[in-house]
Amino acid sequence: MTSTLTGKNALPVSAGDVAQHPRPRRRRGRGRHLAPYLFVLPALLLFAAFKLYPIGWSFVLSLHRTIDGVETFIGADNYLRLLDDPLFWTALKNTAVILAVQVPVMLALATGLAVSLNSTLLRGRTVFRLGFFMPMVTGLVAYGIIFSVLLNKDYGLVNWLFGLAGVDAVPWLTDPLWAKISLGLALTWHYTGYNAVILLARLQTIPGELFDAAAVDGAGAWKSFVHVTLPGLRPAILLTTVLSTIGTLQIFDEPYVLTGGGPDNATLTIGVYVYQNAFKFFDFGYASAVAYALAVLIGILGVIQFRVLGDKS
Amino acid sequence: MNTRHRGRGILLTSGLAIVLAAVALPFYWLVIASTHSSKEIFDSPPPMVPGGHLLDNLTSLQESAQFGRVVLNSLLIAVVYTVCAGAVCTLAGYAFAKYRFRGREGMFGLLMLGLVIPAQVTLVPLFKMMADLQWLNTYQAVIMPNLALPFGIFLMRQSMAALPDELLDSGRMDGCGELRLFWKVVLPPMKPALAALAIFLFLYQWNDFVWPLIILRDGASFTIPVALASLQGLDDTDYGAILAGTSIAALPMAIVFLALQRHFVSGLLAGAVKE
Repeated sequence: MTSTLTGKNALPVSAGDVAQHPRPRRRRGRGRHLAPYLFVLPALLLFAAFKLYPIGWSFVLSLHRTIDGVETFIGADNYLRLLDDPLFWTALKNTAVILAVQVPVMLALATGLAVSLNSTLLRGRTVFRLGFFMPMVTGLVAYGIIFSVLLNKDYGLVNWLFGLAGVDAVPWLTDPLWAKISLGLALTWHYTGYNAVILLARLQTIPGELFDAAAVDGAGAWKSFVHVTLPGLRPAILLTTVLSTIGTLQIFDEPYVLTGGGPDNATLTIGVYVYQNAFKFFDFGYASAVAYALAVLIGILGVIQFRVLGDKS
Repeated sequence: MNTRHRGRGILLTSGLAIVLAAVALPFYWLVIASTHSSKEIFDSPPPMVPGGHLLDNLTSLQESAQFGRVVLNSLLIAVVYTVCAGAVCTLAGYAFAKYRFRGREGMFGLLMLGLVIPAQVTLVPLFKMMADLQWLNTYQAVIMPNLALPFGIFLMRQSMAALPDELLDSGRMDGCGELRLFWKVVLPPMKPALAALAIFLFLYQWNDFVWPLIILRDGASFTIPVALASLQGLDDTDYGAILAGTSIAALPMAIVFLALQRHFVSGLLAGAVKE
């Protein structure tokens, strides 16, 4: 080990340096050897203290129940309770609906947006790029509040505009189905631009010759989109799909602010359910079990997505 | 051919313009609504030009939520977080990108685990930890848990990988120690990536809601999102005031983003797409 170090660091050292540091080579060598550990140390310590330790503790909590202020070991009871807790299944179903409907729609829109923004035919590209990326800097609470007022059934701007067009007032936030749609609209408004940025960057790495070659072969706009653009976008599509899936499964802020999980639990998500159990009912053990079930779900879906979308690239 | 192209261009541009208008409408309406009273906001037809209630709304915010204090809290927490988390993530990302050392892949993999573990798993134990430390209602409890942000470390590793090794070697040749090398040789050309990281971290903390909501118990220590959510929950909600507060939360971020977006988008992308 020492020999390789000195070998690597056989640097020309000035006489003055040698006088100040008796063994400059070894010190440098050791510095270079130790430095990476020192550089990652703060990150690792903080991560261990505030992520790993709580993750482990959370599992222990999930095996306990607080009875009269005393933590009692109850084994897998919390996990068994999950199985016939109708609210958990409702939350799971709501989350799955968002995942199955909102995420694909949003990613399709983002792809279309990225392709449009990349088009040489488009005028004023900078303005458009800025405009579409603006929602992603808006905080969740801020846009939750904006949407809850805009979508108010009796006084909101949206229903007023609908009224002008002769459409009856829509119960955006008070009807179970419409509340889900509103939540989807808010999510799409917020995250489409973000996903479009990722797709756009990837799009710019696809060589122009590929499109030229497709054109020479007589491919129209749609064909070259299917055969050149989409395959080239694959890694970015994988990334956005995985990020959106993780984000959707954990979704909390939007339903919390927009609908509070209602009406009639129509927008109750797993994230909101964990929060309710922990900080409303103070059932920490059960909340941890729900969170753990969620973590397992995210892991499984992540693996599946990598299998389906990842291998060819 | 040429006219057909131009026709398509106009079609595409105007189509996108309509979509953009729909996306931008909530922002426009937010700013307008901030200048109206609660009653006017829900008038029919809704106000579409600025009104004269901005000062009243701000006064009401100050009275009901100590909003001046709240804005300062948010700024302080976000700035301290950005500096500290920036240092932690940059150092770690640099080490992962530019050194070969035992356990490198393992450590990096461990940190990236943080990307897939849902925040809700750690929420309860972290809350208990903070209670044991008697850190409830403190700023450090808000700041500390997310300093080693996996995405930040990932972003920095990707950006640092582009730095030529020759640059580092010639720095070492000149007798730079490792820390000095980092400070004098590595950081200067990394400015765009650092700007992207800083914006990302600042936005993350400025907009963070769940964790501050759990930790901060006293109105005087609230951050902007927590204060706004608490106002919205009241029976007699003053929407003029809330929307003025929402503007204060959203607009500075929009301006910072507009000013620095080139760095932000390109820096974010250097990280996101290479893998």
